[in-house]
Amino acid sequence: MSFAIKKQGEVCIVDVEGQLIVGNRQELKQKVLDEIERGERKFLVDFSQTGYIDSSGLGVLVSLSKKIREAGGALRLANLNDDLKTLFELTKLDTLFQIASNRDEALRSL
Amino acid sequence: MHESLDDLTAAYMADRGFPIDVRIPSDLRYIERVVEIVTRTCVALSFSARACNLLVPVALTEALSNAIIYGNQEDVTKAVRVRALIIERALVLEVVDEGIGFEFDSCLHDPTDPLHLDREDGRGLFLMTRLMDRVERFSDGGNVVRLTLRQS
Repeated sequence: MSFAIKKQGEVCIVDVEGQLIVGNRQELKQKVLDEIERGERKFLVDFSQTGYIDSSGLGVLVSLSKKIREAGGALRLANLNDDLKTLFELTKLDTLFQIASNRDEALRSL
Repeated sequence: MHESLDDLTAAYMADRGFPIDVRIPSDLRYIERVVEIVTRTCVALSFSARACNLLVPVALTEALSNAIIYGNQEDVTKAVRVRALIIERALVLEVVDEGIGFEFDSCLHDPTDPLHLDREDGRGLFLMTRLMDRVERFSDGGNVVRLTLRQS
């Protein structure tokens, strides 16, 4: 599992590789908070390489969404497979996040 | 990491199929490895892709993290036991910690309530109940959470 962050234009793209769960959520949170601290405001989290997400992983996304919004920024999620979409729908977090079907669509909306 | 969950032992058990019976220290880093053992065996037993990729890994991760964080207070000298077996075409998972247990109903909240939607926590038990066919909690030589998923 790893979280790779790269810059494309004004957007920080975060690739979540493997699981996003209780044991590694703080790593993702800290990496994004560091980018906010550096002045970054636009974020895209790409789940195309993600296995599964637990409630702690969902929680850290909620937390980061608030932090980014408070900083005047924007967050998009992209490339959720059907299983991950189910998690967001069950928890109704699909109503809280702006979810794009792919990376290009997410980038266009930022 | 502690060696109580030895890779060779885990592989041996997974190769032999259920039942699985492992003990891990109360360390969150063990969760993925235990989940991998159980899901690998679910794959071998032809559980659905949805069960192997979503239902089992997420529900088991929730039960394990609750046992480690709340049950055993992340005290690595305390163990979490995971048992898995097939009963009448249903996967039964038991996660046992050394804590005092909890009242399931009083801890279960609806995180989809608009008032709670932007909370960071409070989705674990809810997800377990939505992903599994049955979730039970009882005491039996420890605090037990039992997850049951029928093989469709």
